[in-house]
Amino acid sequence: MGIVKTIKSIWCFYRDGFKNMTWGRPLWGLIILKLVILFLVLRALFFKPVLSGMDEEQRSEYVGSQLSDFQINNNNN
Amino acid sequence: MVDTALIDWSRAQFALTAGYHWIFVPLTLGLAVIMAVMETIYVVKGDDFWKSTAKFWMKLFAINFAVGIATGIILEFQFGTNWSNYSWFVGDIFGAPLAIEGILAFFMEATFFAVMFFGWDKFSKRVHLLATWMTGIGASISAIWILIANGWMQHPVAMEFNPDTVRHEMVDFWALVTNPVAISKFFHSVFSGWMTGAIFVIGISAWYLLKGREKRFALASIKVAAIVGIVGTMSVMLSGDSHGIHAAKYQPMKLAAAEGLENGGTRAPFSIVPGVEVPGVLSILATHDIDGYVPGINNILDGYTTPDGQTYLSAQEKIERGRAALEAFKGYRETMKTDPQAAAEYRKVLDANVEYFGYGYIESPEELVPPVWLVYWAFRVMVGLGGFLLLLMLVVLWAEWKERLVNMRWLLWVALFSIPLVYLAGQAGWIVAEVGRQPWAIQNLLPVKAALSSVNVGAVQTTFFLFVAVFTLFLVIELRILFKAIKQGPGIEK
Repeated sequence: MGIVKTIKSIWCFYRDGFKNMTWGRPLWGLIILKLVILFLVLRALFFKPVLSGMDEEQRSEYVGSQLSDFQINNNNN
Repeated sequence: MVDTALIDWSRAQFALTAGYHWIFVPLTLGLAVIMAVMETIYVVKGDDFWKSTAKFWMKLFAINFAVGIATGIILEFQFGTNWSNYSWFVGDIFGAPLAIEGILAFFMEATFFAVMFFGWDKFSKRVHLLATWMTGIGASISAIWILIANGWMQHPVAMEFNPDTVRHEMVDFWALVTNPVAISKFFHSVFSGWMTGAIFVIGISAWYLLKGREKRFALASIKVAAIVGIVGTMSVMLSGDSHGIHAAKYQPMKLAAAEGLENGGTRAPFSIVPGVEVPGVLSILATHDIDGYVPGINNILDGYTTPDGQTYLSAQEKIERGRAALEAFKGYRETMKTDPQAAAEYRKVLDANVEYFGYGYIESPEELVPPVWLVYWAFRVMVGLGGFLLLLMLVVLWAEWKERLVNMRWLLWVALFSIPLVYLAGQAGWIVAEVGRQPWAIQNLLPVKAALSSVNVGAVQTTFFLFVAVFTLFLVIELRILFKAIKQGPGIEK
């Protein structure tokens, strides 16, 4: 019962805080716009991690060959 | 063969994002302390004037925070996409501090930030004050983890390289977090934030005085900000001193480049500007001994022996050892599953040379010299502006104390136009730190060119210009909201 009451009062605290915001409202709009641009546009379209979709061993293999091959190319230069 | 355009664009994109991120961070760090001090005065004195004063600066803090939030995440996008070799190679050394930083930042800021803004009438004065201080402390604690990661890149400690996984594995968490480079970097960065916050508050307060508005508020703000700023600047100087000692010890090329020192020695001179030198001062700064030996660029490339008999390898010798490490690494990877005996032999060679691993990628010794002119001048801009801003804060505080400040309009104008200067000093500091350690992504272990992913250079160029557009847009929005709030003022005089 005590936990429920605590959670409820925390919820009310945040709810009332957001509801009574004045100059903070456009700032939250700005934060949300920014997060949308960052995660839904930039991250999703342009920043796919190169090693995603590989398991640990494949990642080691991939980076290991990148680092070794770089040296071979370097030596051939 | 690595594409040099890819190196340049990836580097430029990272520098742009890091530079943009650093516009917001120092003001958050500094303003947090200033408004917490103001609120402390309110709680101690019980005077509502200080509550209104603290609340106004909190509003500007929130605007800066809102626009600055999550700009650091873009750096993490880049780690995964443009710098995947690096991201994998650093292993959990980088991952652990960044994960702690993310979790701590989220929970501390979400909790205390909310209490600070929503809780004026819902909590006691003391609890609210605690939340305000914790917001500032939380921001600094966030900074410590990212600076531990950065400090490790400048001076890698507490790890072992595992060629099976191609990762560095942390062997001593305590040694990682007490890395002396990270500690001095943390204090240097945080206290430079105090300077930024102080100059920002002094400059805006000066504008109110120039406009003949909010006199009591402006003078009180100037007094608090100047004291915080002077303490911050002194601490920046102290941590800068230990930075010098660490650079001399762990990154002598950076120090030599920052000084434009071609040939070093004992009683090394400090260059004020080209052609104007103070004998012996560089030795004092780098070793705390006027007879201390400081190697120059040529000494580091050619190898040198210090007066106490310590010998340092030449660049060519390091390159050869690096190549031996890389060849052994390659041999180990080829034989580790099929020929354990041969793999063990390769492993021995790798372990014996692993501290020079990154030198294996270096084509010629000259590649080890960073852009000297940029590091040299960035250092002078940083130190010169730091000195000027300290003087400004002392004069402003003195004038305020003597009740002359309101009539010294020239000083108020100087204070106002010093706001961009403190940002310039901060950016210059990071140029010294990051350009000065080129060509390394991780000192001695991985050069920038080997840290890159094999991605299309066109994609990096596209995102670079996208970032320029997005960053400019958000900066313009921030400045508009900020100027509107400043123009509106705290409204205390009404």
